[in-house]
Amino acid sequence: MDLSLIIMQLLSGIALGAVLVITALGLTIVFGMLGVVNFAHGALFMIGAYAGLYLASLTGSFWWGLLLAPILIGAFGMLIELVLIRRLYGRSIDDPLLLTFGLSYILVEGVRIVFGSDGIPFPTPPQLVGVLDLGIGFFPRYRLFVIALVAVVLLVLWLTLEKTRIGLIVRAGARDPTIMQVLGVDIGRVWLAIFGLGVGLAALGGVLAGPMRSVNPEMGSLVLAEAFVVTVIGGLGSIVGAVVAGLMVGISISLVALFAPEMATIVMFALMAIVLLIRPQGLFGVRGRTA
Amino acid sequence: MPKSGSTSTISRRAALAGISAGAALLAMPRLGRAADETIRIGFPTPLTGPFAAEARDQVKCAELAVKLVNDKGGIGGRKVELLVRDDKLNAGEAATRTLELIEKDKVHAVVGALSSAVQLAVNEVTRARGVIYVSISQSDTINEAKDFSKYTFHEALNPHMTTAAVARQTLKKGMKVAHLVADYAYGHEMLRGFKRAQAAIGADNVGEILHPFGAADYSTFMPRLMSMRPDVLCISNFGRDQANAIKQAVDFGVKQQMKIVVPVILHNQRLAVGPDVFEGVVGGANYYWGLEPQSKSAAAFNAAFKAANGGAIPTDYGAYGYSGVGSLLAAMQAAGGTDTDKVIDALEKLQYDLTKGPQHYRKCDHQSVQSVLVLESKKKSAMANDNDLFAILANDSGSDDMLRSCSELGHAI
Repeated sequence: MDLSLIIMQLLSGIALGAVLVITALGLTIVFGMLGVVNFAHGALFMIGAYAGLYLASLTGSFWWGLLLAPILIGAFGMLIELVLIRRLYGRSIDDPLLLTFGLSYILVEGVRIVFGSDGIPFPTPPQLVGVLDLGIGFFPRYRLFVIALVAVVLLVLWLTLEKTRIGLIVRAGARDPTIMQVLGVDIGRVWLAIFGLGVGLAALGGVLAGPMRSVNPEMGSLVLAEAFVVTVIGGLGSIVGAVVAGLMVGISISLVALFAPEMATIVMFALMAIVLLIRPQGLFGVRGRTA
Repeated sequence: MPKSGSTSTISRRAALAGISAGAALLAMPRLGRAADETIRIGFPTPLTGPFAAEARDQVKCAELAVKLVNDKGGIGGRKVELLVRDDKLNAGEAATRTLELIEKDKVHAVVGALSSAVQLAVNEVTRARGVIYVSISQSDTINEAKDFSKYTFHEALNPHMTTAAVARQTLKKGMKVAHLVADYAYGHEMLRGFKRAQAAIGADNVGEILHPFGAADYSTFMPRLMSMRPDVLCISNFGRDQANAIKQAVDFGVKQQMKIVVPVILHNQRLAVGPDVFEGVVGGANYYWGLEPQSKSAAAFNAAFKAANGGAIPTDYGAYGYSGVGSLLAAMQAAGGTDTDKVIDALEKLQYDLTKGPQHYRKCDHQSVQSVLVLESKKKSAMANDNDLFAILANDSGSDDMLRSCSELGHAI
């Protein structure tokens, strides 16, 4: 088999993985810090795509949609935390799970009522239409942009968590919220911000995926399943795990598509099964951790 | 335990009385109830899931067909009622709903189903219960002898008809053809149709890629498809899969290298991804509203649909709902009621023209013989208005020659 074809295939795997990483990241951060399994994550991804599309058509520019939709939907996420999730802290892990599961139905139906159940076109931003000649083949400019943007978001996120005071508080809060409260930190505000960040990342994933797929009310359900697979492979709550597993899943899908295309979807679940058999806590997960 | 013994005696007697009364009730309706009873048509269709847009249009048009008959006084004075059920694009769900429609709602016939697997499940149930089923799924496995029964009718086009018509317009001798195919019955049937047509024309097959049904991302198939260097890429999938696959192929610059061809070009999916993505894509269709200058039936159908739906135009899949229910009701009209054998006989003799020109059900396999359109998606600048989606490349009028022969399908004639 041609080497350039394999390299092209790797590249499309990385682009696919980039979207997986960004969606799994929000899911894993919220679980790692808050112990909440957010089943509305896929629906919020979809809401993000619609918000991005709406804001882009309102302002006439994709870039405003890309910037504003995650912020707005992130704020909406904070509202969800404040009004709904907050009441369930300290209770069984099933309670927020069921709540967000119900919420996802409401969000999907809401979008069906407002925008209809047909798909809506989300045009690629004009600056990124078309393909770039890489010498060995052509690759869509937009997908290259997605890879770059996700890399930047990851870098900013890592720097914030590791190098700033806020990051320190967040990391400490995840490890021992009680001590943080004793030290005079308002842990409720930290959790509010974290949930907002998680939802904002879901929305960012939605806006980024919009121009690659058609935007429709059900677009989040498959994404939710993929994001869960990635977080389970990477280890629930692990940020590094989400990044490594996201890219691993994207590249596996892509390479399997080259040799056995009909197996492309199953490979993700097979990978999960293998990882669970060998390392039940996931690649970067901590054994026995519940929340 | 004397007490429980006595109750059991009473309940046994009551049960016996109940059973015999029930049996009498069951035996009676065919004779007694008929006169002023409404005619009920069951309509399973995937209202939720990736084919929801097409399914909703089917329902709107099926309701229109029923309304037009009721406005004229019904059938022999009996009103017609459409019982729509969501099959959720799932064969098991469809079988359960169809059984319910037959056993509980006592429908006189079933029309509907969109996916090939669902159609097979509905056909299994209706065939076993001796209820007429008019399928509007574009897969024709139920016309083959092993699944066929005298109760089975197929109003939709079949893969053989659409792929042959599309191939005639797009393929030439010596061309290289690659296929991207959804890995389930519909995709396999379309691939078989294209390969047969391409062999007849003398085009070369350079590769086939099967993709999982309902995939959201097709990017991983693109580098390999491009490396096959075909002149034509046939994308055989349905619903949102079609929209996503074409969109991502275009993103990868596929259109600069090759022409994209689909067995069935979908009105709603063209709307879902916009004119730039679909520009130049060629595909088959059962119906397009723009047929109205050429066809009086199309003009009348468009007008009736617009009047009932606030000025909207009917779609391809909508037209199936209309002609599927419409042809059945016309046959009931001719048979003077709902007697199954008489309606089957009437359907076999029926010559109908509801949306686009003359149609009839072929005797051996009950496939509707009808015209096939080949459409090309228009460039944005060439569109006269928002509804002006396609140019009609060909309108092949219906003939038995378009179909696989009765003996090829395993029917003895």
